[in-house]
Amino acid sequence: MKKVEAIIKPFKLEEVKDALHDVGVEGMTVSEVKGFGRQKGHTEIYRGSEYTVDFLPKIKLELVLPDAKVSDAVGAIIKAAKTGKIGDGKIFVSTIVEAIRIRTEEKGDDAV
Amino acid sequence: MKAFFKLISVITLALTLSGGLHAQTSTPAAAPAAAPAKKADPDLAQRVADLEAYVSNGTRGSDAADAKVSSKLDGVAGPGHNAWMMTSAALVLFMTLPGLALFYGGLVRRKNVLSVLAQCLGITGLVSILWWAFGYSFVFADGAKPWWGDFAKFAFFNGVDSAPNTNYSYWVSHNVFAMYQMMFAIITPALIVGAIAERMKFSAIMLFVALWMVVVYFPLAHMVWGIDGMMNGIWNPKATIRSIDFAGGTVVHMSSGWSALVLCLILGPRIGFGKQPMQPHSMVLCMVGTGMLWVGWYGFNAGSAVAADGVAANAFLTTTMATAVASFAWAVAEWLVRGKPSVLGYCSGAVAGLVVITPACGFVDVTGSVIIGVVAGVVPFLACSYLKPFFKYDDALDTFGVHAVGGTLGAFLTGVLATTKSGNANLTGDPAKANGLAKLITDGGLWVEQLKAMAFTIVLAVVATVIIAYVVKALIGLRPTEDVETQGLDVAEHGEEGYHHA
Repeated sequence: MKKVEAIIKPFKLEEVKDALHDVGVEGMTVSEVKGFGRQKGHTEIYRGSEYTVDFLPKIKLELVLPDAKVSDAVGAIIKAAKTGKIGDGKIFVSTIVEAIRIRTEEKGDDAV
Repeated sequence: MKAFFKLISVITLALTLSGGLHAQTSTPAAAPAAAPAKKADPDLAQRVADLEAYVSNGTRGSDAADAKVSSKLDGVAGPGHNAWMMTSAALVLFMTLPGLALFYGGLVRRKNVLSVLAQCLGITGLVSILWWAFGYSFVFADGAKPWWGDFAKFAFFNGVDSAPNTNYSYWVSHNVFAMYQMMFAIITPALIVGAIAERMKFSAIMLFVALWMVVVYFPLAHMVWGIDGMMNGIWNPKATIRSIDFAGGTVVHMSSGWSALVLCLILGPRIGFGKQPMQPHSMVLCMVGTGMLWVGWYGFNAGSAVAADGVAANAFLTTTMATAVASFAWAVAEWLVRGKPSVLGYCSGAVAGLVVITPACGFVDVTGSVIIGVVAGVVPFLACSYLKPFFKYDDALDTFGVHAVGGTLGAFLTGVLATTKSGNANLTGDPAKANGLAKLITDGGLWVEQLKAMAFTIVLAVVATVIIAYVVKALIGLRPTEDVETQGLDVAEHGEEGYHHA
């Protein structure tokens, strides 16, 4: 099992979700997050007070998948989330030791 | 200083007397009960004339001091007048709760959002109690001094019933008038909250407001709006300063705005001011609050006609135009200078427009209101964008930039733009003829009187605020501990958080 974490631009969420659905991904967890990479922040002005906002809003998707589905899922995310501009985000893949479905107590690939 | 101590001694005296107030119930001025015995019954023509007087907001046959005839409408309030004034009173309360609370609440950081709401709520309760106990009497009971009203006459709303108080309206119930004016007394100190947001102890704010109401607001409101007030050019034939202020440019916005500047200077800036980001936590709440302020302000401005008459209609029009133009102008100015028209720009412009038109709304025509709108959009914008960064004072939510600058501008522009074309006959009415205001309106020169009223208001607000702030500082301290301020006032002072997970 692998966990795929993808940080993407907020307005790409729907496209990424649909693309993942098309390659057979059945569930995911989504959170609103803030952060910065090479894109850096922007300036906000409130009645003459200027603030540099370093942290930009992003969406983080987390999916845990059987090993066989990982490359399809990663491919789908890249295809849907890419604009070619700085700030498109990143994908991290890591190994998951165990997964348990709480309702049935199934474990491993059966649980994800 | 002398006047201040004199005032304190008057207050102390009145407080000691107040215990026995209810015992010595005097007949209220407007009560008709004793009259009919001596006066003749009205004939049919007189009864029709009394009805016409209701429609035209005039006097009954029995209202004159030497009247020989009674009226079937003695002591009766006009249903139309009361309907509008009760609506207006509710609208003005709506400006504070929740209009101003949300406007300010959205502009602070999320850790302090509830502190602002608590301050607005706390001030509403506190000022209502002061108003009931002696505040209303101190402002609107006549016959004491040109500086302040009679401390005891209407204390605890003694004699304030549903019959009209003919000093202020022939057709509005006295208790409705008292409630309407109370809402002004509530929002005025609440405006100060903007300058000192996120860094003043709740207890210190309450004590400051209580003292400030007694020393600044109550006397000033009497001077400007009291029938025998020394700055009431419209109604007082013996006014010392023949200035005019329709809905509160000096009384409400200048007094609170200038006091706010002084208090924020004495208080010092927020921890991290200029170093940490302190942007608004919710522009959505701020915009919602702005809309409520704008709607509520119709009660404030058009309601200040104390009738649903032609003067109110004109005030409704001028208020709308000035506000819409100012909102637009602020955003355009921002667009030109900063490259983007912001929501906060539109909101600030709207509030600035409302502030500047306030003293003028019942005295200017529509052309005047559009001129006021343009000026109101641009000048406070410059004050907030350049004056504040230049002097580096921490007027957190721009109470000074919008209310003091706007109120001062409005008081002056009223002097320039007031005209009989507004349809307000009081500008050249009998008291105005007697004190010379009518001549100033027709020949020009009112702005000099306005400057006198502005100077008086600024001196009173600044001097009193310095004294009160240091008194409160000595008694209980002004600021919370660094830990409390850093953690946020919501949790530390009120034991609540604005936003929770589930």
